[in-house]
Amino acid sequence: MHEARAIDGRSLVRRRAGLRLWLSAGWLGLLCVVALFAPWIAPKDPLAQDLFLGRLPPFWMAGAEPGYWLGTDSLGRDVLSRIIHGARVALAVALIAGTITCLVGATLGLLAGFLRGWVDMVISRLIDIWMAFPPVLFSILLIAVLGPGLMSIIIAIVVIDWTRFARVVRAEAMAQGAMDYVASARVAGRGRLGTMMREILPNVLPTIVVLLTLEMGIAVIVEAILSFVNLSISTDDPTWGGMISEGRTSVHQAWWVLVFPLVTLFLTVLAFSQLGEGLKDRFDPVLR
Amino acid sequence: MSFLSIRNLSVRLKKGPPLLRRVSLDVAAGEVRGLVGESGAGKSMIGKAVLGILPPSIEVTGGEILLDGVDLLRLPPALRRRRIGALCALIPQDPLTALNPSHRIGPQITDRLVDILGWTRADADRRARELLAEVQIPDPERVLRSYPHELSGGMRQRILIASAFAAEPKLIVADEPTTALDVTVQKQILKLIAGMQARHGTALLFVTHDLGVVSKVCQHLSVLYAGMVVEDTSVADFFAAPRHAYSAALLAATPKYTDPSAGLIPVPEAVIAAVQAEVAAFDRSLADG
Repeated sequence: MHEARAIDGRSLVRRRAGLRLWLSAGWLGLLCVVALFAPWIAPKDPLAQDLFLGRLPPFWMAGAEPGYWLGTDSLGRDVLSRIIHGARVALAVALIAGTITCLVGATLGLLAGFLRGWVDMVISRLIDIWMAFPPVLFSILLIAVLGPGLMSIIIAIVVIDWTRFARVVRAEAMAQGAMDYVASARVAGRGRLGTMMREILPNVLPTIVVLLTLEMGIAVIVEAILSFVNLSISTDDPTWGGMISEGRTSVHQAWWVLVFPLVTLFLTVLAFSQLGEGLKDRFDPVLR
Repeated sequence: MSFLSIRNLSVRLKKGPPLLRRVSLDVAAGEVRGLVGESGAGKSMIGKAVLGILPPSIEVTGGEILLDGVDLLRLPPALRRRRIGALCALIPQDPLTALNPSHRIGPQITDRLVDILGWTRADADRRARELLAEVQIPDPERVLRSYPHELSGGMRQRILIASAFAAEPKLIVADEPTTALDVTVQKQILKLIAGMQARHGTALLFVTHDLGVVSKVCQHLSVLYAGMVVEDTSVADFFAAPRHAYSAALLAATPKYTDPSAGLIPVPEAVIAAVQAEVAAFDRSLADG
């Protein structure tokens, strides 16, 4: 009786987590496909200007032109095509910057939390110093030094955000390191590296996965912020942040130029965080 | 020649107070020695020092730990690890945190045999099944495929005991192995450890604060206070007539199930003051010379 109820409860948790997982994975998958095949999928050239077709409204409003589904901006460029092309930059930044940040931060956190001693001291002090920098100013400064471009954005995100991983993973590794199974592994003769990889890492992994997906969402936002202040990649290439920035000036005449990239950005960041939560439940042996 | 011989072992918090004060004790092959004392007396610390798992904040300041005649403290770390791994095992205190929640039971027992001791996978698997049967686990096949959270605390402690005996160690440190368990399960587990120890002829260092447990399992015992051995004696002698006043008080403080109305008898203040004075005098004698 008891057992039956427990199983029911578990499957309910799993179903809900499953729905969340599939919705977010679906949106991100769609975005990936769109980004990969942007030139073929986008209905118009994202850079083509046509001043006669400026500020066209989206398709359901009066005055819309066929073919311009989400309207045009003040220079007559197609909003949908620009969002589709903007997905390339957004996803490239999310995946590459997110992954590298995760690798750097999680490795340092794991080493600090498990090895303790002077390694921990050096890494912890580094984290303290790092976190004292205001992140937005720090990134603007970095881009100013490195020069604009996709590479610079990725470097800026990694350099600034590794502490997010390092801090949390360090604390988790430290908690796991105090567990008796770590002592048992050491007694059995497992080396430090082996203990860390086999005993600690699997237990920290669910946390790392959540952080990774959150970081991917954050990377999308950071890219948008940098585009917003005109410090992202070259101004010709469409980015969501750039579109939001441009749309801001004409929001009273043409709200769609601002709103559609904003909604896309919002959904993408939300999808990343939900994907993380869903994956965590999958990874957790107790919930699995 | 005893299998484990600890000579004048001193341990302290780095730049802090001493935790073990020149502890000496011997465990002969196949013998069970109990380590008793209050919380913080240093009984677990001795086991940890022997197994080389002292926390990084604690350092050994002197003494010898002779394991089968070789001083562990003088071995380079890699050799020490290998020697401890080959000869010793640990039965930890809390079965709930002593199994890795991310791995199935089977690999947790067998991977060490394969990775570190070089057994074949088939041998290790066979050994794991044998051991689970020996610790009276029903349906070993299913248990080997389970995750720790799917099993009860008593079951997990049985698995840890099985795992400790897996490589036929010569010495096992049992760190309060029954403290985290239900009273009803405690007795079974104790019986199991005693039975396994006798069958395998393993020396056992049994850390506990329960003198009742000592009387059932151990042959010798060391009573600790503030990291100092105040009495080192055979169990028979101890229960007949403890020599040290503190030991006697500790024995008197054990709740009597035959006479529940007696209530709890604390260790008298005078006895504590005396033993503390003894510790202080010991520290002074060390400082002087």
